[in-house]
Amino acid sequence: MTKPAAFFQRDRTWHPPALTPDYKTSVARSPRLALLSIENSASELTGPVFGHGDIDPGDADLIRNYAHTGDPVGERIIVHGRVLDESGRPVPGTLVEIWQANAGGRYRHRKDAYLAPIDPNFGGCGRTLTDAAGGYAFRTIKPGAYPWRNWVNNWRPAHIHISVFGSGFAQRLITQMYFEGDPLIQRCPIVRSIPDPRAIEQLIAPLDMNAAVPFDCLAYKFDIILRGTRSTLFENRLEGN
Amino acid sequence: MPQALHELKETASQTAGPYVHIGLAPGAAGFDIYRNELGHDIAGPHAVGERIRIEGVVLDGTGAPVKDVLIEIWQADANGIHAHPGDPRSGEVAPGFRGWGRVITDFDTGLWGFDTVKPGPVAGRDGRLMAPHISLWIVARGINIGLSTRLYFFDEAAANAADPVLGLIEQVHRRQTLIASLSLRDGKPLYRFDIRLQGDGETVFLDI
Ligand SMILES: [Fe+2]
Repeated sequence: MTKPAAFFQRDRTWHPPALTPDYKTSVARSPRLALLSIENSASELTGPVFGHGDIDPGDADLIRNYAHTGDPVGERIIVHGRVLDESGRPVPGTLVEIWQANAGGRYRHRKDAYLAPIDPNFGGCGRTLTDAAGGYAFRTIKPGAYPWRNWVNNWRPAHIHISVFGSGFAQRLITQMYFEGDPLIQRCPIVRSIPDPRAIEQLIAPLDMNAAVPFDCLAYKFDIILRGTRSTLFENRLEGN
Repeated sequence: MPQALHELKETASQTAGPYVHIGLAPGAAGFDIYRNELGHDIAGPHAVGERIRIEGVVLDGTGAPVKDVLIEIWQADANGIHAHPGDPRSGEVAPGFRGWGRVITDFDTGLWGFDTVKPGPVAGRDGRLMAPHISLWIVARGINIGLSTRLYFFDEAAANAADPVLGLIEQVHRRQTLIASLSLRDGKPLYRFDIRLQGDGETVFLDI
């Protein structure tokens, strides 16, 4: 039988390790034993397929998708970019989901007790499918920084949580997007769980004035890179393996 | 300098955080926003095969249940077919069978559960059949990069013994961490699959 293509091996030295003691919650939630490395089979190379019947076009507009009495408070922004693989190929038709705090740094979540107020017109989540070129765009409010329990005085930099699928379940990824120029980025133990500064820079979205809408909203650009797919040029296996 | 490969680097993972429900299961976070919240129905109404339920908890290194975890599920149907164009038989999948779902835990107890159909065996990379299994992907606050594992079935002892992935686990007793136990509830098969993130009985997690 022909072997299916496989994904590029995930570079575990680029991603944060499981145990990062300065991010305290990771201490009891990190496996201590080595991961078992397995070659991709159909179970890893396939994954869920989503279509336009699953979501609504308005889901990508966080300024309007929960507005009841008017627009939410805060700095209006567009977040846009492309989902590409490690070979630079666009990943079309993939589901991108985001969630975030409101302009004051408060989440609409029953477990968030921060004193900043809920915004009655802001839900804080959105989703969309990438287009044929891998492009996506959301309209939202720039989230505020917020305090969290780690050390006594830890503050998360402004960030948007992003979930992406890709074509196979082994490409599944959740990350966070940060904003250019935020002095809290380098102070954050969650950001600093990533060992390589270049990998951190890749999570920082630049201001993109050419995508801003005059007299309406600013824009930030954020490209997301998923694992690439190996080309099976010559795949020989040792007999007996 | 040699030529450049011009490869990009995968975007680094960051924890899903405590409020992952807002993005991926907003109904559970306490508000309705989408017409259609994704991931509730894994198998759909028309799928053939045995209807089963799977429940468990995720335990941290101290033995406490992790109450803010989100788990995604990916599986083949009862004939071993994935609902994905990369599977040459995907056209045979029953309408409504997606094979994908996501569950969160009860915020008080940490218990999670889902209903599905028992998957059939799927060919492994070398063509050898893999025992029926469900792929799981676990994210939560404190988990820096999603954890991948597989759930196998207690009542598939012969297939499990021949499974090429279980067979790679060097410490034979650790293979049990991937095998869900079986009981009956109201006459319906109920599998139990507890995931231990760390320490005694640590679940085997996969680098896929
Ligand atoms: Fe957050």
